[in-house]
Amino acid sequence: MRRFWLVCLMLVLSAPVLAGVKVLATVPEWGALAREIGGARVDVFIATHALQDPHRIEARPALIARARAARLLIATGADLEVGWLPILLRESGNPHIQPGQPGYLEAARYVVLRDVPQQVDRAMGDVHPDGDPHFHLDPRNIPPVARALAARLMQVDPDGSATYQANLDAFLLRWQAALRRWEAEGARLAGLPVLQVHRAFGYLFHWLGMQSRGELEPKPGIEPTSGHLARIVERQRAAPARLIVRAAYQSDAAARWVAERAGIPLVVLPYTVGGSPDAGDLFGLFDATLARLQGALR
Amino acid sequence: MQKQWLWAALAWAFAQSAAATPTGDVNAQLAEMQARITQLQAAYEARIAALEEKLAAATAPAAASAAAVPAATLPAPSRGGGAGAFNPEVSLILQGAYQHKKKVAERQLSGFWTPGDAHADSHAHGGDRRGFNLDHTELVLAANIDSTFRGQATLALLDDQVELEEAWFQTLGLGQGLGLKAGRFFSGIGYLNEQHPHQWDFYDQPLMYKALFGAHSYTQDGVQLKWVAPTDVFVELGVEAGRGQNFPATEQDHNGAGSRALFARIGDDWGVAHSWRVGVSHLRTTARDRERHMESELIGEHAVAAFSGKSRIWLADFVYKWAPNGNPKDRNFKFQAEYFRRQEDGRLAAADEQGLALGESGYATRQSGYYLQGVYQFTPHWRAGLRYDRLQSGRQDLGSNPAALQTVDYRPRRATAMVDYSFSEYSRLRLQLARDRSMQGLTDHQVTLQYIMSLGSHGAHKF
Repeated sequence: MRRFWLVCLMLVLSAPVLAGVKVLATVPEWGALAREIGGARVDVFIATHALQDPHRIEARPALIARARAARLLIATGADLEVGWLPILLRESGNPHIQPGQPGYLEAARYVVLRDVPQQVDRAMGDVHPDGDPHFHLDPRNIPPVARALAARLMQVDPDGSATYQANLDAFLLRWQAALRRWEAEGARLAGLPVLQVHRAFGYLFHWLGMQSRGELEPKPGIEPTSGHLARIVERQRAAPARLIVRAAYQSDAAARWVAERAGIPLVVLPYTVGGSPDAGDLFGLFDATLARLQGALR
Repeated sequence: MQKQWLWAALAWAFAQSAAATPTGDVNAQLAEMQARITQLQAAYEARIAALEEKLAAATAPAAASAAAVPAATLPAPSRGGGAGAFNPEVSLILQGAYQHKKKVAERQLSGFWTPGDAHADSHAHGGDRRGFNLDHTELVLAANIDSTFRGQATLALLDDQVELEEAWFQTLGLGQGLGLKAGRFFSGIGYLNEQHPHQWDFYDQPLMYKALFGAHSYTQDGVQLKWVAPTDVFVELGVEAGRGQNFPATEQDHNGAGSRALFARIGDDWGVAHSWRVGVSHLRTTARDRERHMESELIGEHAVAAFSGKSRIWLADFVYKWAPNGNPKDRNFKFQAEYFRRQEDGRLAAADEQGLALGESGYATRQSGYYLQGVYQFTPHWRAGLRYDRLQSGRQDLGSNPAALQTVDYRPRRATAMVDYSFSEYSRLRLQLARDRSMQGLTDHQVTLQYIMSLGSHGAHKF
């Protein structure tokens, strides 16, 4: 009998060790990164998936429960999650993941944001005062976030430092190799004029040297209107775009309407990990994105 | 790049020192060198980390640094903003309506004790006024006070009144899922109670809130302790103690708490598209000389009845939300329902208008009610909703009743339909039609056109 209780006690004591470091990622790209760096030591929960607009998420009870348990939170920042993350943090009663704590990591702090507005006014639509938060689509922005994440994991779980360092080194090596390959593959996309639904692909276009011919949304976050779409089709005559791209989570109707009127292909890009069956991880995300862009040009 | 160079230098230095003492204790030398290299490496790593930190703080470069991990990464300093960055988040909500309804001298819920005739509508949203009507302008100030607390104040402004709706602070992380809130706050009981009028899906609050609290929410001046359980399913328990000066309680001079509340909630997702929350709550208050006018057969006119005793309220609430693929931006549906039972026990003293006592009797009531509502957003800008309200005046036992006070048995009910259009997240216009039978012998068809405009840094809303 005593042995039974001893076994029970050991199980209880060892449970936290077996459980792994609970990481809450707001969006799939950081969830995928946490799995790369954390490996088997972490237990990652991703608050959203690729078919959800990350700006518009409800602070659902299930998410509060996950925030309560998390030891590390990795968010995009730059106001991407401003509509729901503050509620999760406040309602969770979890001191580890509050802003300013080692368990709160905002990826936007480690990269240079583009399109920082000179002036901010709600009449301009849903503008992000700190700049465009969709920076994960420039693969050169992934390594600094990976390093910051590894450092935070080491802080919250010092016993795993060697593992995190090794995983980080291996990831960065693979990433550098993949980056060279993508840049070689993407070279022929340079200069390509494109249209997009929401300003979600600014970093991707910038990285590949593609030219943005504007967005279907008249203002960020404002639904396309028929008048604005007609003007875009009109503009095709003077300055034609070769493609129109939309993220997997964005609605199809407006993009399809313009694609048909303008006679250009509509390309659905995964936008984040899980946005298409072949975008299973961060490497797959860029492989799939480049393959789709090039496929549409053939 | 730099790192490789350093390694090369170290290797060279090591080779030099090894070559210089070919006959010494090679093992000891090796160990010493190893230690020195480790030290150097550690120092180097630390310096790199510090540099990276500075760099990240200053310009946050994309891919400029070596593949070393900062040993102790602290959060980078907050983005610019200068002195203004410390200012509280301010939001101002403008609300108003045009309402077409019947002329009624004194609106009340038949069969229910509506709070103090004198100020019945002082803070009832929308009031009883007809025609063009400016509703309260809500001013909300909120900010983190320091790393331990967050504070918020909500003022409702209208003409010469400024009502302090909420003024509280809460802890940011007591740990173990605990959260403490203190000050004046909307009680956590029920579902709609914590919401401000601009968050409602209809112009007015459900009849049951009017019957229970008179105002749109039950407000506590006190403390609230909440605990979120460490489970994957959301489980939250809360307890509150407050002064208890608001209906159904009355202002009293006492130590201890005049109002106590308990609530428990469970919530989770069903797949990616569905989420839900269920809650039960209990509120217990005491009243002393809570006054109301009642018909008296003894004197053949209004008597002033004063209740002293306990009120006990049980609430059950359910919320269900649906969004295709869990993406509520284009289309979503929300269903909510709440049910209450209220039990009041005590004494009822009656007097005539001049204050002459007419006698005292027992007072025991058992009342209940509910509402159901569904709101569907069918395109990004448009929503439509239906609501049904029903109350039951239930048992009202006045015992020996020497003043022959008259009670009314009635089932107030109302059916409401609304459609609203949102230009953006910050502006909304709403048309609402209601068939209101909350007063005995009166069927009131109401048409309301309402606007809600939100200025400034509007905070996120709860589930």
